[in-house]
Amino acid sequence: MEFHTSINKRRIVRIEETVSETPTVKTLVFKDDLSYTAKPGQFLMIWIPRIEEIPMSVMINSKEGYAAVTIRKSGIGSTALFERKKGDFIGLRGPYGNEFNLRKNYKKILIIGGGTGLVPLLRLASYASKKKLKITTVLGARTKKEVFFENIARKLTEPGDSPVKICTDDGSYGIKGTTVDVMSNLVRNNTFDCVYTCGPELMMKGVVEIANKNSIPVQASLERYMKCGIGICGSCCLDSSLVCQDGTVFNGKQLSKILDFGISYRDKDGQKICYN
Amino acid sequence: MLASGILGISQSIFERLYHENIGAVVTKSISVKPMKGYPNPTVIPLGGGSYLNAVGLSNPGVDAFSRELSHNKIIPIFISLVGSSEKDFSKMVKAFDALNILGYEINLSCPHVSKMGMEVGDDPEAVNKIVKTVRMNTNKPISVKVGVGSIDVVELARVAVDAGADIITAINTLRAMSIDIETMMPILSNRIGGLSGNAIKPIGIRCVYEISKKLEVPVIGCGGVSSWKDVVEYMIAGASAVQIGSVLGSRGPGIFNQITTGLKKYVEKKQLKNIGEIIGISHKY
Repeated sequence: MEFHTSINKRRIVRIEETVSETPTVKTLVFKDDLSYTAKPGQFLMIWIPRIEEIPMSVMINSKEGYAAVTIRKSGIGSTALFERKKGDFIGLRGPYGNEFNLRKNYKKILIIGGGTGLVPLLRLASYASKKKLKITTVLGARTKKEVFFENIARKLTEPGDSPVKICTDDGSYGIKGTTVDVMSNLVRNNTFDCVYTCGPELMMKGVVEIANKNSIPVQASLERYMKCGIGICGSCCLDSSLVCQDGTVFNGKQLSKILDFGISYRDKDGQKICYN
Repeated sequence: MLASGILGISQSIFERLYHENIGAVVTKSISVKPMKGYPNPTVIPLGGGSYLNAVGLSNPGVDAFSRELSHNKIIPIFISLVGSSEKDFSKMVKAFDALNILGYEINLSCPHVSKMGMEVGDDPEAVNKIVKTVRMNTNKPISVKVGVGSIDVVELARVAVDAGADIITAINTLRAMSIDIETMMPILSNRIGGLSGNAIKPIGIRCVYEISKKLEVPVIGCGGVSSWKDVVEYMIAGASAVQIGSVLGSRGPGIFNQITTGLKKYVEKKQLKNIGEIIGISHKY
């Protein structure tokens, strides 16, 4: 294992455009060649000068040489990034990590995303649609006003008889129910070569369990707190795996052996914290 | 050996490294209470195999970490300890000493946290008291990790050995800084941090050479080791063992196996009985 070093070089980029996805989710577009060619599942370390540096999955952008990040406002770093405007500067290094694997013989895939988890999945969908794969996309949110990326998902995938299914927990838009409910129905009546998922970890845990039970290959992109992004600090460990170096994408077989998956993560001080 | 501060909080990771042919692991420096460390950026890859960090000694604290290591059976672990008073150290050693561990490494050289690490290491009287306190509370081997501060590294090592240290680890990171010229801002949230990796290797070699020449105890070399050749250089300078850290950022955990393989070939090529024959061999020149 040897890593390319030019990706470590910090680039300072200007925010060329901002897109408000929901009241708490925003996309920042910038120009950066290395990010433009990022693989689906890879992430950048985004520097918000004098405030934070946070790992962010790389969002696609239609313009050549451009990429983006999509932030949900929550902690100090993400809120500061959310508040950046067109013309502001941010720093970045990366992209780091592995990628979703699209095997040559795959013809029909299922994509299941929740919230900003759609970011790496849309990059995957854009690769897959260029290869003329049939893509079924399930996009989940708690409620109608938290649904975003619907148009991008439809534009990317629907031309090839590839449905986009929206579901909300409260039924205010699309199907009433969780992405896991929708997936259970889909796998009963269809065959898929692989399931790809990213979103809240408990959702991914559900997706992986169903896929494993039905013997469908599955890949999930995981998120953890990181300091370095390059395999030094150990903050992002799940059991003995590092999300930054061994991930962010893990397959169903790996995940079924990782005891921390869907159970716990490490806090900034390294203590294990349980979900829920 | 795995150097302190790298991947050092998880028993599962230690097990993975153990299967990569590692000699021993040194944990992240543990304090009495959990510490969150500084906000990011805390680690900066500088290029050329050098890194700058000011993590701020983030660690889960003595209670959580005792639980983390409680099932350890076979992995040779040194727990790195950091604190600001004798009381801190005696409390930690009492909590850890019943665990299945090899020994301790006292961090007296972290260059970027106030009242801990180097601020203690620069005070010979404090070093004397802390090492004596740890000595009184354990029969396990104690290493003291020294750095390049305001006191001569050999003098500091001598104070530690006189107070009961069995081993000296040299060196820690060196105080350093990096500024972004576009934004004109320091990159690390703490502004100043510690330099590690290739850039500091010649300084580490010099310190190991001087310490091992003047003191009788084994010295563990640390600083900028990225291949088996660097391990050999440290051993020729006087190191009985060598720690690696920053290189994991470019080579991943597989580096331990690569180094072991390289060393075996060197032993064959030089027709040595074992690698130990080269320890301190440069002292005669």
